[in-house]
Amino acid sequence: MQKHTISLLVDNEPGVLSRVAGLFSGRGFNIESLCVAETMDSQVSRITLVTRGDDAVAEQIKKQLNKLINIVKLYDLTRIERVEREMALVKVKAKAEHRAEILRIVDIFRCKVVDVSPTHYTIEVTGTAEKLSAILSLLKPMGIQEIARTGAIAMARDKKSRSK
Amino acid sequence: MAVLKEEGVDTVFGFPGGVVIDIFDELARTDIKHVLVRHEQGAAHAADGYARAKGSVGVCLVTSGPGATNTVSGLASSYMDSIPVVCLTGQVPTALIGNDAFQEVDIVGITRPCTKHNYLVKRTEDLARVLKEAFHIARSGRPGPVLVDLPKDVSQGKAKYEPLPTPEMPSYNPTYKPHIRQLRKAIGLIMEAERPVIFSGGGVILSGASKELTQFARKVQAPVTASLMGLGGFPGSDPLWLGMPGMHGTYRANMAIGACDLLIGVGVRFDDRVTGKVDTFAPHAKIIHIDIDPTSISKNIPVTVPIVGDCKNALRGLSRLLREEKVKIDKRGRRPWFKQIEKWKSTTPLKYEQKGDVIKPQYVIEKLHELTKGEAIITTEVGQNQMWAAQYYHFDRPNCFITSGGLGCMGFGFPAAIGAQVACPDKMVVDVAGDGSIQMNIQELATAVQYKLPVKVVILNNGYLGMVRQWQELFYERRYIATDLQISPDFAKVAEAYGALGLKATKPEEVVPMLKKGLKSPGPAFMDFWVAREECVYPMVPAGAAITDMLLA
Repeated sequence: MQKHTISLLVDNEPGVLSRVAGLFSGRGFNIESLCVAETMDSQVSRITLVTRGDDAVAEQIKKQLNKLINIVKLYDLTRIERVEREMALVKVKAKAEHRAEILRIVDIFRCKVVDVSPTHYTIEVTGTAEKLSAILSLLKPMGIQEIARTGAIAMARDKKSRSK
Repeated sequence: MAVLKEEGVDTVFGFPGGVVIDIFDELARTDIKHVLVRHEQGAAHAADGYARAKGSVGVCLVTSGPGATNTVSGLASSYMDSIPVVCLTGQVPTALIGNDAFQEVDIVGITRPCTKHNYLVKRTEDLARVLKEAFHIARSGRPGPVLVDLPKDVSQGKAKYEPLPTPEMPSYNPTYKPHIRQLRKAIGLIMEAERPVIFSGGGVILSGASKELTQFARKVQAPVTASLMGLGGFPGSDPLWLGMPGMHGTYRANMAIGACDLLIGVGVRFDDRVTGKVDTFAPHAKIIHIDIDPTSISKNIPVTVPIVGDCKNALRGLSRLLREEKVKIDKRGRRPWFKQIEKWKSTTPLKYEQKGDVIKPQYVIEKLHELTKGEAIITTEVGQNQMWAAQYYHFDRPNCFITSGGLGCMGFGFPAAIGAQVACPDKMVVDVAGDGSIQMNIQELATAVQYKLPVKVVILNNGYLGMVRQWQELFYERRYIATDLQISPDFAKVAEAYGALGLKATKPEEVVPMLKKGLKSPGPAFMDFWVAREECVYPMVPAGAAITDMLLA
């Protein structure tokens, strides 16, 4: 089952997210991840969602989403060139013998240490899902205490999905 | 109120409560008629029946909490059948929302998946715009119910009303005009076809395209079958008529779909009760599908040529192309196809036998058809009564068959008949009911009596929840669990208790005189026919089987 990345511009009003989420649960589609935030236009929010399904299912998902009154515009980014990013905050144990190694990994992956305490580092990492998985697997042996990870946000490389 | 008037509302079906007193108070100052139902579900179904009979938006008005939740079955039924209804619900004052206040319920949340759209109005200034949008959304595109939730302070508040134009909504633009390239592709397929079948649905009725459909079918010489929702969209007395397809469809309709090389779907959604096992549905056919809702296309059945647009526009477009390109349909070439259909029809027609001293339900419907000359508006409940009405009342006109098709909501028919009677005071309106489903909204007898609505109810009383009993007989070794309804009231007496006419017949020879008497009576009437208890609806396609795989008796 193929992964589909869909970007939606929606009315920025209460209940819209639940219409989108309800459509997925009610029709038995799955949501792999979902990110929402206001765009430059405060009336409009962008929802980026990632779902899985064969082409027929993806087609039906898109049609059903388009049918929702509050959806202003739908872009399927799956088959077009796009920039796609996820972010994670990772709280990792920082024993004395691991500190240097952790900082080296942070350096290699071009991420940042955003919080330090005597016992741990909190690392901010941004990248593709693959990059995030890679750094997590490297940090795991040091002892990951907590992870907060976003879903994907994405944008087409041409002007197609330009927000307002 | 000004918006309601502007939108052409002449009747509201409602039931009051604490938070909507203000609205009722204001309503009484207008010339909009209010019909007080006896249960909010009745209001929702009546608004639906009104909308279907009249071809315009039906309106209901109920209070918050239980008033609102009672409309849910009605809204869900309208949603499944694409019926334009605006439901106004009261809500607790905005300051109390979320506090578990008395009679508070999140009706916008509850009805999100069973309305086309819904609104919670938070400011009186927004009220007019939202109502305009609600009516616009309900009636345009693929129609459907829209709920508007009105907190008490919002409906009490005052705002200056200035007439608004039809709302423009950037995110809502139904496609009415079909794409010419798709129409051309369709014409190509039509010209190649040797065994075409037209399969029409509720969309034809909603878009008022019956005439266009009939002309088109005659022009291309294609037989027509119609879904339950589509009955009346094509004349049931026309030689091209195949009958309804699907689970309780005619033999010839199902066999024709099984054998056709081109299926032209018009305003249908290929529901599972029609298709049966999906991969054996119309296995030899290319499929053209006209629908205004793109989600209906290729949802259940892959389509060769999709045409997104209004049925009327699309059928007109196709007919125009046929004319312009001087397409001649070779009538002689169709002969083997029509011969085959005729053979199916003559060997395996719809049939029953009225013999002995027990009334056959089909006989009642046939006589009802005769005595009303096929001109009545028929509503139905759900189950065997619905299928017999669909099979034996041969609908010639649109907007005359009103039934809960998609949702299959028992208790629909009687309040829907009340709505239809309000919409069409000069027409005969008959609810074909079963002894089970009539009890689900029997309280609306009071409404019919109060407003002198001469709705007739034909109860096919078999002392069972007949359709479930039929499944138990056929697929559960006759274990009639929870379907025996012999403990029921005397319906004739119930009607009399409400001040309506109540009649009862137990013998075949009583059927016609009683129908005559009941239909002629000036007010509402219950006609209770004690019919053969274990009569089944045939033909029948078992759930999940191919539609050509039919149980015939």
